[in-house]
Amino acid sequence: MNEEFLNTLGSIIGTATPLVIASLGETITERAGVVNLSLDGSLALAAVLGFAAAWTAQEAGVLDVPMQIALGIAVAMLVGALIALLVAFSSIKLRRDQVAVGFVLTLLAADLARFLGADFTRIPGPQITRFAIPVLADIPILGQIFFRQNLLVYVSYILMFAIWFWLFRTRGGLALRAIGERPEAAFARGAKVERLRYWYTFLGGALVGLAGAAYSLNVKPGWSSPPAMQGDGWIALAIVIFGGWHPFRVVLGAWLFAALRAVSSNIQTNGLFFFGQEINFPFVLLNTLPWLLMILTLLVVSGGFTERMLQYLPRAVQRRLRAFMRSDPPRALATRFERE
Amino acid sequence: MNNPRALAINIIFLLIPIVISLIFAALLVGAVGRDPLEVVDALWKGAFKDSRKLGGVVNFWIPLTLVSIGLVVTFRAGLWNIGVEGQMMMGAIFASWGAQFIPLGENLAPLLQLLLIAIAALGGMFWGFVVGVLKIRLGVNEIFGGVALNALVNVISIYLISGPWQPRIGGSAQGTEPFPKAALLPEFSNTFPVNIFMIALVFAAFAIVLLMLNGTRWGLNLKAVGVNMRSALLLGVAIERTSMSAFLACGALAGIAGSYRVLFTFDNLRPLASGGIGFLGLLVVLLLSIRLLWVPLITFAFAAILTGSTRLQIAPSLKLDSSLAGVLQGTLVLAVILFQGVHEVFFPNTLSEEDAES
Repeated sequence: MNEEFLNTLGSIIGTATPLVIASLGETITERAGVVNLSLDGSLALAAVLGFAAAWTAQEAGVLDVPMQIALGIAVAMLVGALIALLVAFSSIKLRRDQVAVGFVLTLLAADLARFLGADFTRIPGPQITRFAIPVLADIPILGQIFFRQNLLVYVSYILMFAIWFWLFRTRGGLALRAIGERPEAAFARGAKVERLRYWYTFLGGALVGLAGAAYSLNVKPGWSSPPAMQGDGWIALAIVIFGGWHPFRVVLGAWLFAALRAVSSNIQTNGLFFFGQEINFPFVLLNTLPWLLMILTLLVVSGGFTERMLQYLPRAVQRRLRAFMRSDPPRALATRFERE
Repeated sequence: MNNPRALAINIIFLLIPIVISLIFAALLVGAVGRDPLEVVDALWKGAFKDSRKLGGVVNFWIPLTLVSIGLVVTFRAGLWNIGVEGQMMMGAIFASWGAQFIPLGENLAPLLQLLLIAIAALGGMFWGFVVGVLKIRLGVNEIFGGVALNALVNVISIYLISGPWQPRIGGSAQGTEPFPKAALLPEFSNTFPVNIFMIALVFAAFAIVLLMLNGTRWGLNLKAVGVNMRSALLLGVAIERTSMSAFLACGALAGIAGSYRVLFTFDNLRPLASGGIGFLGLLVVLLLSIRLLWVPLITFAFAAILTGSTRLQIAPSLKLDSSLAGVLQGTLVLAVILFQGVHEVFFPNTLSEEDAES
């Protein structure tokens, strides 16, 4: 296969990593019945504070480079986790609307990021380096695409499998799904609904923070205003829906989005050729594609549109397609759990 | 509320969020090594130093109040119209089209301006309609539909500015050419640069929406849909039509707000001309839930902070990012929401009837 093409695929997997990790984090949170809408802001705040921590350590010369990066990642994860915890606390303890609190936090965190990031704009800092995984990197095709990346990309693979395993193969995962679907029933069977919701929201938020660090320490190093990840939080939230709250489908969704974006930005810089003829087209409009895709996928997976279209197909096909395309949210998503 | 203890607790819960957000902002300012008092001074001077500055406040107040009034309508129907920012932008684009291509000369300027405001309202309604159809007919959550439509209209505006509408000389992504004078809304005076007609329009919209929400069947239907969709259906409220009407009303007001940005504030179409005012309107409405009466006051305070914050960057001893304004407003709204929770959960018997209802 074409060398350049494989490299492109590899770089798509690399740039998709923050989206993958953020969507996986939000998947855990939402599976527990809490929606953390603040992603678009918390990604930015985690990114800038993670970068600031790593950079400060670098300037002070106190740690070696891997530890500077580890510090940055830890700070970013803490930021993401604390914001998520605030959403959970306001819902569980203070009985506030998760969507309202999440939305305010989106704006607040984004503004905080801009304010605190003003002094860190466009300066170089420590960066995560890539390393090939021995043996695996030598597998033809797959090795080149998946195993010549950096640590965070590998972490995202592990997360995908670990979350899938936890959700569908363990008792803990069963409890997690239960508190998001039927919290009253789970409570009756002895699940500590509130404590678990805190815990999974915290965990999911920490992953969102990790995703933020994946931007500022790797994919788009450093900080700029407007931030490079602006809008990605919303896309991650949509990917969770598209992925039907299933880790594999979520990751696939994130990769598809990243691929689409890579194609459109490539066309915008290099132009589009068809049999050697340059095609003239206002390429700026290609920036609409991720958003059109977002609307389209939500259209397909939710609501009456799919149902209406399916009616025109033979019955046997209908059932299978429905199972494949529809994605229903955890039933108790964004609701409060009232102990009787 | 006759009970003095309840009154005291109510007042305390009104003050706590304000104090907390001020302390938080002061700590932040201190953390980046600036003097908080100097920031207060800069904010005040930036907003109220002279009548020109005050005019700047009013120029934020006009679009912010318009979108906030619209958002009260959608909130009343239980809808999260995040797409309001895009509806503003679509209004701005429609008005910009008219300003460039409707051939009415200077002697017909007032007519042209009225026409532009009207088509801007149509533009906002159009984008609100799309959110509405996606939500009501196709089951796409209005938050995600709105976010996507906001992004789409931004791309469209950049395309127009860098493509078909680019200036004849020095075309760039900065903005279109200034619109012809006839299309621009006139200033009241050089020292108080605001447009009086638009101020009147804001108050008219305020009065009309206030009356319609509280005195008509439509207002009642909106409330029914917002409070409990199931019982609204049982009561025979046309849910789809009522929800759509809320999106259209909000879209129209947002569109007019967008026209003010391009026909007065900027004199041309720029990328992101809506400037986050739609999102700020959402904060205002979250702060007040659905108490429309307070909207003009709160929007004035927010507009003053926003206008004042532009001075933070210029003042030589500060050089702070103007996003501090957003931080202050965001913390305030967050603190209000959280302390409403504290109030309700820990002091339920001191709630006023209005609060207990919402």
